[in-house]
Amino acid sequence: MSDFRVLPLGDACLSVVFEEKIDPAINARCVALAGAVELEARPGIREVVPAYNTVAVYFDPLMLDRRSLASELELLAAVPANAPEYDGPLLEIPVRYGGVSGPDLPAVADFARCSEDDVVKLHSSVVYRVYMLGFLPGFAYLASVDGRIAMPRLDTPRMRVQAGSVGVAGRQTGIYPCDTPGGWRIIGRTGLKTFDAAAPEPFLFKPGQRVKFVAA
Amino acid sequence: MAALKIVRPGLLTTVQDFGRWGFQSRGVPVSGAMDGYSHRLANMLAGNEDDAATLEVTLLGPQIEFDSPARFVVAGAEFKLMLDDAAVPMNAGVEAWPGSCLRFGERMGGARAYVAVSGGIDVPKVLNSRSTHIVSALGGFEGRALRAGDVVPIAAQKGPGGQKAFRALPLPQAGARLRVIAGAGGDRLARKRYVISTRSDRMGYRLEGPPVSTAVRSEMISSAVPTGAIQVPPGGQPILLMADHATVGGYPVVAAVITADLPLAGQLAPGDWVEFAVCSFEAAESALRDRLRALGGGAW
Repeated sequence: MSDFRVLPLGDACLSVVFEEKIDPAINARCVALAGAVELEARPGIREVVPAYNTVAVYFDPLMLDRRSLASELELLAAVPANAPEYDGPLLEIPVRYGGVSGPDLPAVADFARCSEDDVVKLHSSVVYRVYMLGFLPGFAYLASVDGRIAMPRLDTPRMRVQAGSVGVAGRQTGIYPCDTPGGWRIIGRTGLKTFDAAAPEPFLFKPGQRVKFVAA
Repeated sequence: MAALKIVRPGLLTTVQDFGRWGFQSRGVPVSGAMDGYSHRLANMLAGNEDDAATLEVTLLGPQIEFDSPARFVVAGAEFKLMLDDAAVPMNAGVEAWPGSCLRFGERMGGARAYVAVSGGIDVPKVLNSRSTHIVSALGGFEGRALRAGDVVPIAAQKGPGGQKAFRALPLPQAGARLRVIAGAGGDRLARKRYVISTRSDRMGYRLEGPPVSTAVRSEMISSAVPTGAIQVPPGGQPILLMADHATVGGYPVVAAVITADLPLAGQLAPGDWVEFAVCSFEAAESALRDRLRALGGGAW
């Protein structure tokens, strides 16, 4: 009995769905499967999109037979029961916490019933995992935030959050890639660009990466 | 360099191509022409390469002045078109000369028209595409909709206009029945009629009508969602995801519009009705083949 399913999303996308939970081992299988499908580079595959517990494969239905693609995905998904973990370097993100850079730091401290310094320590002591990217170009969903500071989103999103803002939403944390409306609790800001379309490597993050915040 | 001068921008005129594929795993939406069929038809008749960019015109058309001799084609939503004082046809090459002005008049059907100029709209490619994604200010002309006074460069013409046999997209008349591949709960959409809300845009259409109940709980872990997916948030009013939608979503997807019918969806406007008919994979493929044949062949 396999622990995943291959489901259609319309006529031009198949999704491999693993157990529905936020779990580093499950996500590692998704990242590894996405890599394996990309490596096979079958003509007709348009792109492969891993997420928390799924891998979506977009394809041209006139170039690639859906059933043969589905059986191939089943084979590939069954193999890496112990998918190799991301082995790249730990990415360190310098953050100015609090003040104008992190207007919600006091609220998060209240929520956690601790000092602002303690919030900073709790947020910057964890090695996070990039579970997936989405929402906006370069926006990475990082988890898992320490439960004590895992404050839910704002009830009413801000009209404008500045690029580089570091936010918390429950057990997730992330960096806004551009000025945009947003509802995450903003506790700091980084000068690192998470997305720069003109750069040779436009994206700071990729799925599976390990990330740590450092108080600057 | 030859250019188009935007005298009046219309309601929403953007530079689009077939979309920014290949970066969804990094959070970059595909965007691209909402009606990819008419976009391709306009390019084909203008003698452009498949990857050339066109102007996507929405509901209220622009007024565009040419600064040099150019050949252009308008396809998609049916508008009354005037080049200076003369009426000009849709779906056909028209020669413009320096100083002449293309004016979009009354709209008779559909929602979006595509203006292809021989050579193509010459904005720089960003991540392999010239498409505009307004929300992230990516691509197109300065990452935004065109404004009065903008001067939009066009590339030198490469080849003569194509004269292959073709059929224009049959435009929806006040609404359309779109064929879908059903997911879990997809049959719950059948035999229901929805109206496209005014709170609809290139990211998605909010659909007003009978609520859809979903068996699964309404908040799930986010995963990738394709254009054409029909999401059901809590409350049961479905959202049809369109070209600019975010790469991932956290609501149940009950069905997804087949590739062949996405152009029809792109021709719907707020106030139009929409119905969904469940179809098989075989019917979806044959519908897509029919669309390609109607364009004279090629790959989708």
